[in-house]
Amino acid sequence: MAFMKMTSPHATRAGDTGDVMKQVILACVPGLIALSYFFGPGSLINVILASATAIACEAGVLKLRNRPIDFFLKDYSAVVTGVLLGLALPPYCPWWVVVVGTACAIILAKHLYGGMGYNPFNPAMVGYVILLISFPVEMTQWAVPRTMLAEGQDLLGPLSALQQIFLGGAIDAYTGATPLDVFKHNDSQLVQHLYASEPIFSTARWAGAGWEWVNLGFLLGGAYLLYRKIFTWHTPVSMLVTLFLLSVVFYDGGSSHSGGSPLLHLLSGATMLGAFFIATDPVSSAVSTKGRLFYGAGIGILVYVIRVWGNYPDAVAFAVLLMNFAAPFIDYYTLPRTYGHDKARRATEKED
Amino acid sequence: MTTSYKEITHNGLWKNNPALVQLLGLCPLLAVSGSVVNALGLGLATTLVLVGSNIAVSLIRKTVSDAVRLPVFVMIIASFTTCTELLMKAYTYELYQILGIFIPLIVTNCAILGRADAFASKNSVPASALDGLMMGMGFALVLVSVGAIREVLGHGTLFADMNLLLGPMAEHWKVTLFSNYPGFLVAILPPGAFIVTGFLIAIKNVIDANAEKREKAKRTEPVIKGSKRVRTTGTIS
Repeated sequence: MAFMKMTSPHATRAGDTGDVMKQVILACVPGLIALSYFFGPGSLINVILASATAIACEAGVLKLRNRPIDFFLKDYSAVVTGVLLGLALPPYCPWWVVVVGTACAIILAKHLYGGMGYNPFNPAMVGYVILLISFPVEMTQWAVPRTMLAEGQDLLGPLSALQQIFLGGAIDAYTGATPLDVFKHNDSQLVQHLYASEPIFSTARWAGAGWEWVNLGFLLGGAYLLYRKIFTWHTPVSMLVTLFLLSVVFYDGGSSHSGGSPLLHLLSGATMLGAFFIATDPVSSAVSTKGRLFYGAGIGILVYVIRVWGNYPDAVAFAVLLMNFAAPFIDYYTLPRTYGHDKARRATEKED
Repeated sequence: MTTSYKEITHNGLWKNNPALVQLLGLCPLLAVSGSVVNALGLGLATTLVLVGSNIAVSLIRKTVSDAVRLPVFVMIIASFTTCTELLMKAYTYELYQILGIFIPLIVTNCAILGRADAFASKNSVPASALDGLMMGMGFALVLVSVGAIREVLGHGTLFADMNLLLGPMAEHWKVTLFSNYPGFLVAILPPGAFIVTGFLIAIKNVIDANAEKREKAKRTEPVIKGSKRVRTTGTIS
């Protein structure tokens, strides 16, 4: 019997930040394809516009700060911020919304705190929240999925989409309430009747036309990232399980006051994007595995609470930012036991 | 203590600016700087109280013992604040209603108590009056700058509703910089105040750093001909 003789290090390939970030961008592709298929080319244009703005802002700030521009642009972290923000923004929102949001994300949320690796908050979500509280009208107009288009109506083509984004115009015919919106504003119908009467549910299989496939797309991308060990399973699984359990507990069989079925919560809104791409941000999340379980669970609880009892239909951005606040606190209490010690040391303990 | 009037002015407006350097009175600075008119209103009110209290404190500086000085100062400041409040109620009632609680709260503005204790209680009356005026102006200038930036970003206008403070002559001062502006609401909300103030502080620090660099470059001593090099370790400053 032959034993493999290996000496350390056992890592098989060099991992650098740029490599990880490129994997994350690659993993966004299934979700982006689903978004483009159901809602037209708006999200793709958002992603391109946001990435370009992110790169420009990053280069500009790096120059101001006298940092090496090439080196930091090659780590693709700015592009990832742009891509994630572009995916989160409503398709066909005006171009300046995308530009302002991305600029805030890179300049305010990332570089004012010290740049790559120093930002306590997820830059993409800071940009999203700034936009959401600043431009509520533009930010709450989501495009209708292709299953709900009227007879003879077609999804916006690339040209008319560009026209829409850069010149503005009446987009009302192409916007509608998201599944979470519809659910939030329902206070008289049984869930069963709501699903039958609202086209966004009646033309869908599980949780809202288009949205379910978008979420499955991001789930696929997330699974790929897990397979490539870009992050550990703790945060996303803990978040999704918490969200699932809460929605089971408060489902109440589908009355008009129901909190929504577990499938609705898992496969609608930004759940999967948040779980696998936003909450797993290595900089702003908790560090230890135990800490990540608490961190993910906190996000899950907050998402459910804000969605069902709060003022906003979706809550991933707020939940992630609130838990970003809590991450250092979680880290303090979940310091792992280091090898050679009987029990975990306290984070503030002095070195001997 | 002898401080020249020029130095007092420079201290109040720039070098020791209450809002940008001492970071005192941040509560009103952040809360009411949503528009130029609010900022100017509160800035003038604060300046008025600051000048009055500085003069009064300076007048009684030799009769008040150290042990009771703080309550006495606060009483003086509170009475001037009440005067200002009554004045605003009489002449700019609408603005008074908009500024609301922040007018009585001038009492707790630590910039005012700070100047009373740190300057007016140790200096002559004219110097204290000038210090109060300059500190107040420095505070008001920052307040108005923050107000202007936030108003432009948030509403796309400048000098809206100035008639609330300056009477009918300012009725048409409103400048609409961008028509059809969607309004960047975050600038009007509290986070906008923090961000804008932070940027102003950063700009001031950059200007100061550049000035110091220029000063240093000017101060390099000329090499005297015929002098010998001396071997040194470390730097001589």
